[in-house]
Amino acid sequence: MKQSNDLILRTTTQIIAFMLLGFSVYLFFAGHNAPGGGFIGGLMTSAAIILMYMTYGFEKIEKIIPINFRTLTVTGLLIAVLAGMGSMLFGASFLSHADGYYHLPLIGEKHLATALIFDLGVYLVVVGITLTIILSIATDSEDESNQNVGV
Amino acid sequence: MNNLAILPIILPLLASVIVAFIPSKLNIVRKLSQALMVIFLIIVGYIAWLVYHNGVIVTQGGGWDAPFGISIVADYLSILLVLTTYIIATAAVFYAPHSLSDQQEKFYFYTFYFLLISGVSGAFLTGDLFNLFVFFEVLLMASYGLIVLGNGKAQLRESLKYVLVNLFSSMLFVTTIAFIYSLVGTVNMAHIAERVEAIPAEQQGIITGIGVLLFFVFAVKAAIFPLYYWLPNSYVVPNPVISALFGALLTKIGIYSIFRVYTLIFVHDTAFTHQQLFIWLAIFTMLFGVIGALSTNNVKLIVTYNIIPAIGFILMGIGLYSEDGLAGSVYYLMHDMVVKAALFFLIGALVVAAGTKDLSKMSGVIQRFPLLGWLFFLGTIVLAGVPPFSGFIGKLLLLRGALSQEYFLLTIVALLSSLLILLSMIRIFIRGFWGEKMEGMTNDNRKVHALTIPAVFLLAISIFLGVGAEYVLPYVDTISTYLLDRTEYISAVLKG
Repeated sequence: MKQSNDLILRTTTQIIAFMLLGFSVYLFFAGHNAPGGGFIGGLMTSAAIILMYMTYGFEKIEKIIPINFRTLTVTGLLIAVLAGMGSMLFGASFLSHADGYYHLPLIGEKHLATALIFDLGVYLVVVGITLTIILSIATDSEDESNQNVGV
Repeated sequence: MNNLAILPIILPLLASVIVAFIPSKLNIVRKLSQALMVIFLIIVGYIAWLVYHNGVIVTQGGGWDAPFGISIVADYLSILLVLTTYIIATAAVFYAPHSLSDQQEKFYFYTFYFLLISGVSGAFLTGDLFNLFVFFEVLLMASYGLIVLGNGKAQLRESLKYVLVNLFSSMLFVTTIAFIYSLVGTVNMAHIAERVEAIPAEQQGIITGIGVLLFFVFAVKAAIFPLYYWLPNSYVVPNPVISALFGALLTKIGIYSIFRVYTLIFVHDTAFTHQQLFIWLAIFTMLFGVIGALSTNNVKLIVTYNIIPAIGFILMGIGLYSEDGLAGSVYYLMHDMVVKAALFFLIGALVVAAGTKDLSKMSGVIQRFPLLGWLFFLGTIVLAGVPPFSGFIGKLLLLRGALSQEYFLLTIVALLSSLLILLSMIRIFIRGFWGEKMEGMTNDNRKVHALTIPAVFLLAISIFLGVGAEYVLPYVDTISTYLLDRTEYISAVLKG
């Protein structure tokens, strides 16, 4: 992106992206008791990242977030599958989950569940897939050097 | 709690994730996929052995008992088909490196391949109608990925049609499930079967209506007349190994689903659904499919068209709804999966050997590649049902069933279409393999040889099915009595 007069976009992005990321974390943890979860949280995070891409340009964000989003997707899938299989080690049925109430320092009494691990997998998959798709479309061109970007 | 029933679904899923980490390290990915697949095949074989010795294995997902949780049911029919799937998949994973280009393999072929197996196994094993829809989507997603692999112009065109047709039928599928849920208040298949029985006779018309709607959905997937129009072109465009997986597995999922719901749930009005609708559709499917196979000179398209009459044969057995009919259908289903995969493999090898798909430009291939030629001939007579091979046993059971219920037209059409199948395939042998040695044959003998080996493995299994019918038939008979008596399935799922 060439230098252009997008002061309003840059200023609001600083605030909005921060809010989006914060809210996505909240949604992620709200997941299994209230509306939210890995899917919505992941979409929210990718929305924030895409907003940053739009504002600051492709190269800059790629330097700041040096993650291969396809590997991120696969990592998420692995976490989700292993979370499902984990219960089989304890002789329980596939996808069985355990939960309990724990007292954590600073935060206080919290309800924790192993379903959160599964949700983390979903979260990573959603972020990875959304960004892969959008970046593939965004960087698509007739140019030979870009042929390997699209899946 | 027994987790064995779910292993055929999650093992390939895990494998698909593992190979996705290193898509471009082809040597590792190939060896790893092959090793994993052989291990999985052994595990699934062991599970099948357990099922036949100790009875149906049911896994309740997440520990929630049926009908509230999702049941995964490894019963005699489903585990047998899963085992067949794994046998084909094992052959395919050894075929793939020689058939696909490196570039295609790097674009996540093995990931999609394992996902496809996971979805197919899931569709076979699930005991829940909504979950069946989910697994349909899983395998369709994988197949969308596979059909465009290679990025050809024709592939992109056909994949668009393929996606649209499947989206439409998936949409109808969910609608139908909603109808069923509103009527009986459950989506667990065993539970639906139990509740449908309780519906008074004068209101059973609506069940039949829903049943036919569901049949329509599965008929699109299974390519039954008149809904097969999408199949030939979209199955012919991808690489042979992908065509083999599609031809051997995907349409069979559709026909298996018809099998499942029409022996378990919708059995109250067999006079209409089975004996009229299915029998007539089976007749047309056999006829039109085989006419398609005779109409073309593209060798791959000939084999692709031959998928359709096979579906007709299987549907015919379901329509008969007798012990012989169902046994014949199960046998034919198994036989057809194996031999179709083998034939697609051989056609792939033939196209490489001759350098063309056009039959009219081929001749004398057998002079350079005798093994390929004779294997193809063997595959042809196995497919057409020449005794003592497996096609014959299946057709014998089906025809015996049809004659004992006095369906003479059906018998004649079935015999006629068998003959025409033989004609359509032997045409390739006569014109492609015999005759003057053609110009332009490949010099890459090793590649053709490597492409032939997996087909040998599948044909050996196929021949065992036929010659060793004495060992196989008792199992098939168990399945047909088991299907006719629904109580074992229902009690295994609901009270197990």
